[in-house]
Amino acid sequence: MTEVRVPELSLVVLVGVSGSGKSTFAAKHFKPTQVISSDYCRGLVADDENDQAATPAAFDLLHHIVGIRLSRGLLTVVDATNVQYAARKSLIDLAKRHDVLVDAIVLDVPEEVAIARNESRPDRDFGAGVVIRQRKDLRRSLSKINRDGFRKVHVLHGLDEIESATIGHDLAWSNKKHLTGPFDIVGDIHGCRSELQTLLSALGWQPGREIDGRWEPGTEINGTWHPAAADALTGTPPATPASAAMPSADATAVAPTSADAPAAALTGTHPATSARATPPADATAVALTSAGAGSAGAGPAAPSADPRPEVHWVDARHPDGRTAVFVGDLVDRGPDTPGVLRLVMSMVEAGRAICVAGNHEQKLVRALNGRKVRVAHGLQESLDQLAAADESFVARARTFMDGLLSHYQLDGGNLVVAHAGLKEAYHGRASGRVRSFALYGDTTGETDEYGLPVRYPWAEEYRGRAMVVYGHTPTIEPTWINNTICLDTGAVFGGSLTALRYPEKQLVSVPAEQVWYESVKPLNAPGYRDPGTLDIGDVQGTRHIETRFLSRVKIPEENAASALEVMSRFAVDPRWLLYLPPTMAPPETSRLDGYLEHPHEAFEEFAAAGVTQVVCEEKHMGSRAIAVLARTPEAAAARFGITDGSTGSVYTRTGRPFFGDLAPLVDRLREACEPLWKTLDSDWVMLDCELLPWSAKAMELIRTQYASVGAASRTALPAALSALTAAAGRGLDVGELVDRTRRRDSNAALFRAAYARYCWPVDGLEGVRLAPFQILACEGRATALEPHAWHLSTLGTLDHPLIAQTRHLFVSLDSQESRDEATAWWETMTAAGGEGMVVKPAEHTPGRIQPGVKVRGREYLRIIYGPDYTESLDLLRRRFLGKKRSLALREHALGLEALSRLADGEALWRVHEPVFGVLALESEPVDPRL
Amino acid sequence: MLLTITTTLTPATDLGFLLHKHPDRVQEFSHAFGTATVFYPEASEQRCTAALMLEIDPVRLVRTRSHGSPDFSLSQYVNDRPYAASSLLAVALGDVFRTARAGRCNARPELAARPLPLEIALPALPCRGGPELAHRLFEPLGWEVEAAAVPLDDAFASWGDSRYVTLTLRGSLRLADALNHLYVLLPVLDDSKHYWIAPDEVDKLVRAGEGWLAGHPERALITRRYLGRRSSLARTALARLAELGDEVEEALEPAVAEEAVAGETALDEVLASETWASADADAAPSAGDPASATSAAVPVSSAPASSVPVAAEPEDRLAAAEAPTGKPAPLNTLRREAVLSTLADLGATSVIDLGCGGGELVGALLSRPRFTRVAGTDVSPLALTIAARKLKLDRMPDAKSARLTLFQSALTYTDKRFAGYDAAVLMEVVEHVDPPRLTALERVVFGHAKPQHVIVTTPNIEYNVRYEFLTGLRHNDHRFEWTRQEFAAWAEQTATQYGYSVRYAPVGEPDPDLGPPTQMAIFTLGPAKEGSDD
Repeated sequence: MTEVRVPELSLVVLVGVSGSGKSTFAAKHFKPTQVISSDYCRGLVADDENDQAATPAAFDLLHHIVGIRLSRGLLTVVDATNVQYAARKSLIDLAKRHDVLVDAIVLDVPEEVAIARNESRPDRDFGAGVVIRQRKDLRRSLSKINRDGFRKVHVLHGLDEIESATIGHDLAWSNKKHLTGPFDIVGDIHGCRSELQTLLSALGWQPGREIDGRWEPGTEINGTWHPAAADALTGTPPATPASAAMPSADATAVAPTSADAPAAALTGTHPATSARATPPADATAVALTSAGAGSAGAGPAAPSADPRPEVHWVDARHPDGRTAVFVGDLVDRGPDTPGVLRLVMSMVEAGRAICVAGNHEQKLVRALNGRKVRVAHGLQESLDQLAAADESFVARARTFMDGLLSHYQLDGGNLVVAHAGLKEAYHGRASGRVRSFALYGDTTGETDEYGLPVRYPWAEEYRGRAMVVYGHTPTIEPTWINNTICLDTGAVFGGSLTALRYPEKQLVSVPAEQVWYESVKPLNAPGYRDPGTLDIGDVQGTRHIETRFLSRVKIPEENAASALEVMSRFAVDPRWLLYLPPTMAPPETSRLDGYLEHPHEAFEEFAAAGVTQVVCEEKHMGSRAIAVLARTPEAAAARFGITDGSTGSVYTRTGRPFFGDLAPLVDRLREACEPLWKTLDSDWVMLDCELLPWSAKAMELIRTQYASVGAASRTALPAALSALTAAAGRGLDVGELVDRTRRRDSNAALFRAAYARYCWPVDGLEGVRLAPFQILACEGRATALEPHAWHLSTLGTLDHPLIAQTRHLFVSLDSQESRDEATAWWETMTAAGGEGMVVKPAEHTPGRIQPGVKVRGREYLRIIYGPDYTESLDLLRRRFLGKKRSLALREHALGLEALSRLADGEALWRVHEPVFGVLALESEPVDPRL
Repeated sequence: MLLTITTTLTPATDLGFLLHKHPDRVQEFSHAFGTATVFYPEASEQRCTAALMLEIDPVRLVRTRSHGSPDFSLSQYVNDRPYAASSLLAVALGDVFRTARAGRCNARPELAARPLPLEIALPALPCRGGPELAHRLFEPLGWEVEAAAVPLDDAFASWGDSRYVTLTLRGSLRLADALNHLYVLLPVLDDSKHYWIAPDEVDKLVRAGEGWLAGHPERALITRRYLGRRSSLARTALARLAELGDEVEEALEPAVAEEAVAGETALDEVLASETWASADADAAPSAGDPASATSAAVPVSSAPASSVPVAAEPEDRLAAAEAPTGKPAPLNTLRREAVLSTLADLGATSVIDLGCGGGELVGALLSRPRFTRVAGTDVSPLALTIAARKLKLDRMPDAKSARLTLFQSALTYTDKRFAGYDAAVLMEVVEHVDPPRLTALERVVFGHAKPQHVIVTTPNIEYNVRYEFLTGLRHNDHRFEWTRQEFAAWAEQTATQYGYSVRYAPVGEPDPDLGPPTQMAIFTLGPAKEGSDD
């Protein structure tokens, strides 16, 4: 019995003459959807599976289907004769284009069997000649098919072997999805053994060695093994790593206490008193003194002249069973490449660590293998250091480095580690260019002024869901770019050595003890900053946005097109535009005489949905405003990547800035919000507000629409009335017309009063007020999900002339008294000309429940329905709310999704996607009066 | 909503015969959008007044607009139609007094044929252009005009005047002529594009304008506005988003010229026989000519960019290069020619027009075979629709359409489709981008698309003083206009950042002190350095 093993993601090319049983073999071993046959494709393009004239078209189609399947990462089997080199070559090329491996399975059956099979099939009347010719081609092929470019050619000779063969699937080498961590991912080490030990210690790892399957804590000091005193290493909690939540990336440097741990162990003292947050400038001094003095946590003491004991870790393990992941470039440039290799190799061999290849390992191996390489970029240091090591160690290191893979997929595919990063299309793939990308990154082919290759900013374009962690390019500070992060912080150049804890997303770094190697390029060159570039692919076309609140929300293409125009012509910088407010529906239409809307329906609606408490908030009738504020320009830069010195933005429902120069408003608002920094423990905040008066923003609209109607009606109606009165005086029958016109005249006066109420003159910021009613988000929190009582009480503490408070009332829906009180409040407010109120469930309520409904006042509705709407209430009651209510739910889900993604520190494009979705849905035609 | 016609003819009540409406009756006429009532507030031997009152139901008005057209904007419901003497009143008038308009009156044929003492009053006439335009339109026809602007809101004096005028016309005219003047000029003054579009407007205009329109000094404005009201392209989404942001729709309109008004050519042919004056002041007025600049000033401030030969940007109607004699070519033509010849000099064969608007440059590129690949892209779907129509995309031969790509994009989003062209053109585009967003545009064009050449044109604000009637910037949507120095500073900085070199060329006849009306920068990618190994 032969077992044919093919990679789990590969192209499998069946090879055999017509009648060799390929289709039967494929059907037996693969899913029907995995097998693409040339006969089937021929049928699709010609209605006849044997129409040979359609062969070129059929193969076009076959290649197309196979290409799509491979790009989607699906194992695919090609069922065609493939007896000629050209046919196989084109399939091999196709597989390479999609960076998947390709295997061939050759079915070699006796000629007479194939001929007999064909004869028994009425649809194959092409005679024996065809089979004989194909078999000749196959014979010729078999002698050299191994050189075609297949990963492996499996030849099954004869009917028995074909019949008994089984198929097995090999995992891709890079597939370690079953490893779920937790991981400690370590950046480029470059021979900085001491820093590595310090970092591992900071991460809670403990040194030791494994002897006969038994773990013995301890280190090697000056070449001699020193077991650790039990209390020193077992009873000690690991140094607490300074954590920095993504993406502010301000990893706190941890003073290197680990290097002296063994020394502490020797003297019996606890090394646990680690100094935190030592400024990098002093860090080297700390490291040197504490190590030299042999006392823990001594701080910057007098430098010691004693020779430092050489403390070497030979192996390490984590008490919580964490796995270390090394992103490559363990070697070159630094002081102790062999020491680093020894420690990492032990960890990897014991299964406590995994390691991907870096370009420096790659080159070092070639040098060790005697290949001709240019000795540069610190290779000499490695070669010299290894020359001093013993031969068996060098051989072991060579084998280890030679066997390193270029990337791994971990944790179910959610984490990808590669030395120079990896774009999504290459995850889990295998090809020369995948390896090359993983080792060297994407380059533009150009070099910069330091002679180093210019890197292509693949991470900016990265849109994958998997987190990609890598090194290779030294930066001062690790920065998240679209769910990818580079951990190379230039330890060997005097920077720091950094690790990322996964899944915690904590950065831990320790400063370099000294500059071990001079960088050609100054390390303090401005670090790379995510420019917040969005791609058209993030927003264009029909989209389905996954939200955690309402599953998927569909954005139709034409809506996206309208939103794109408004967004790109008018909206503020997308780095400020992190939320847009959803639309809000009115309650079911009231049947009460004289009313279209009334609180009763709102209360009924929520009570029916099982809500027991609602909040009624006064509606301000200004212009809806979203305010994003950072405490300082530095906070704006750190959190939003805004570096032009601005500290906030206030924008409309379509993302447009409120004023040409926002700075005065932002400054004043920040002053007003001063108490929030402490309350929220955040140095930025986003508020949902109403900006007053309406006329501050809407003046042009008021002039052209509302005031114009007022002016025209005020002029025309009296003139009409006097003409009608004169006609009536002549005895003409115009009585009804006179009455109607008189009523319209008084309606026009009420209309004018309705809009004028929301207008008052402003001069600059003089007269402008802002009424915040919800805290949408602050650092790490989508506070929009908090109960309204929290929002209102927190915002209630703001005492500033700019701030208008939002009057509100909590209502217990099961109490008629409470409902009546709110209704009376609404009546009073709207009778005095107020716009009305918003009724919301007091707490965030999941499900298809409206997040709020607006109950608008009778007079205010004249602005919406026209001056004379009260004349035709019965007609207007026939309004359809369904679409508006559905939109409100979808937009609300998108808005919360944007805030949640923001709170989770997701990439800008991920936040922008639902924000853009809200604007797109808002262009959907619904009755604008709702 | 109200129009009164008074005569002091003796007996004045003969007006009833002429209008075919009895002075002692109240007559109602039903229309799709409302009800028109004719009654006589006074009817004596000495003085007789007929009133036409139109009551409009906004809800019905919306429903009559078009079948299946969705609700999209509040302005459909809350608007001045029920009160103003709008184009709808003209429609009602045309209908109710159809026979009178034709000048027929069997009972009093001699009265219908001769001038009568008439007084016409319109309490609230929407009048884009103010009382002054009402004078300009009615006075040449023999009317004595009394036009007073209506204040917008008495309580807010600072808001100024509304667009309504209380208009009284007095004169001795044939009644039929008077009615036809109103029939044509009410919609012209109203100049509102939202309401009422009839398919046979051209014929109507020709018929109603017979005998007076051809000789009217404002003939060009009248025809353009009368026909230009028709906007065949829906802007519903923009209208909705405008309202959402408390903006007026016009504020969001893209700077793009719509296609030729259907039927305009036919109109020209018909009216040619009436020997219309050939000196059309509007087509290409020059800056130095006060008369033509005045006539252009009105459409610049109020008319939507919607008819031909109006170019994409009103500035192009303002002025082209200074030329003492003859008609100068419009600036937009000069600019297009300058870009085309620069592209040819650069040896570019593939070109992408970033912000192609109505596709004028794209069309010019396609007509030159040296450009083997041409792309036009704009953020406005409306602009692209217009471009596709103007380029006759649906009828374009394969060989030509194979050279063309037209797609929607935004210059603040990176886009793979921008890459792979020899040259990119940003013709009158950067000034439509908010300054804080320019860095994104630079990154997208110079950093990502990275063509060999980038051509940028933009107004030279220094030259604006030459436009006598221009206040502010050259277009409502311009976020800024640069001096030559500001432009150069931006260009140098961008070139340095992205590895380009830059040179400048004037477009239009430069003023010795102020420079050219349009400035152009030509960026060329600096020589790439040799690559090397890490």
